[in-house]
Amino acid sequence: MKIKINGTSQPLEKTLNVTALLQDNGYAGKHVAVAVNGDFVPKSEHGDYIIQDNDEIEIVAPMQGG
Amino acid sequence: MSDNWSIGDTQMSSRLFLGTAAYPSPEVLKQSIAIAKPGLITVSLRRESAAGKGQDFWNIIKRTGVPVLPNTAGCHAPEEAITTAQMAREIFETNRIKLEIIGDDYTLQPDPYGLLVATEKLISLGFDVYPYMTDDLVLATRLVDLGCNVLMPWGAPIGSGRGLNNTYALKQLRERFPDKTLVIDAGIGKPSHAAAAMEMGYDAVLLNTAVAKATDPIMMAQAFAKSVEAGRAAYLAGIIAPQESATPSTPLIDRPFWHQESEKEAG
Repeated sequence: MKIKINGTSQPLEKTLNVTALLQDNGYAGKHVAVAVNGDFVPKSEHGDYIIQDNDEIEIVAPMQGG
Repeated sequence: MSDNWSIGDTQMSSRLFLGTAAYPSPEVLKQSIAIAKPGLITVSLRRESAAGKGQDFWNIIKRTGVPVLPNTAGCHAPEEAITTAQMAREIFETNRIKLEIIGDDYTLQPDPYGLLVATEKLISLGFDVYPYMTDDLVLATRLVDLGCNVLMPWGAPIGSGRGLNNTYALKQLRERFPDKTLVIDAGIGKPSHAAAAMEMGYDAVLLNTAVAKATDPIMMAQAFAKSVEAGRAAYLAGIIAPQESATPSTPLIDRPFWHQESEKEAG
């Protein structure tokens, strides 16, 4: 299986929910928000939301803005 | 001048809203915010790498104590903006969203049609939508009909520094929506532009580039804070109407030598 995180492809070798995906990719404890395939996935659903083959995941954090 | 005001439940002591982008350094950003004491500061979202710096930025912003107004900058479609707004709400813990949907990449003109679609959806999701919009009266009416309490027409294209391009349209908006919060957003280049917006009765001014790209951003932040305060005070004080002819400001009665010859002839 293959997924994209912030536009970069990477293999997905096991079944993961969003919480585990964030942990495995170094985002544990960081102030981030997640969307999958263009839809927002609230933090309250990270544990139940299972990542699927070809999912495109956006992980965002605060930045400067005008 | 004490001029406390509020939007919804958010109490503010300044009518200057300040962007946080494009400063020469985080320290200059911090000092600019500290000296301007803005009512709101705008923030955004970006893709975060595992080693990203978004966490550092957020810590700086939190320490300022200034309420944030997240934006949907970079979005070109309502769907993108809606998802971005939802992520922003979770990250920044506020229902406020500066809804920005770009319709033209050259002028960065907001897309009025996409704005209406996204506004309707976001209001249904409980957001307080601050739409970044053109100065179009009909668009403003539709946004108000959808439930917007704040309108943010552009003064000029983002970052252009051109000031208030269409004062006629902006005055119309003020006259037609006396009870809505109107904020000039974008295009402000110098403090006199901000003062002019406030003299017109606008509730606040949002700017970023004019401060961040100034030779001395901190000094410019202070200049803008003063100009917004001066413009607001002038509006409240009541500005005289312009006239075609001169009116002497010094009383002429009993002035020595004034029209002496003509008065002798007349007498």
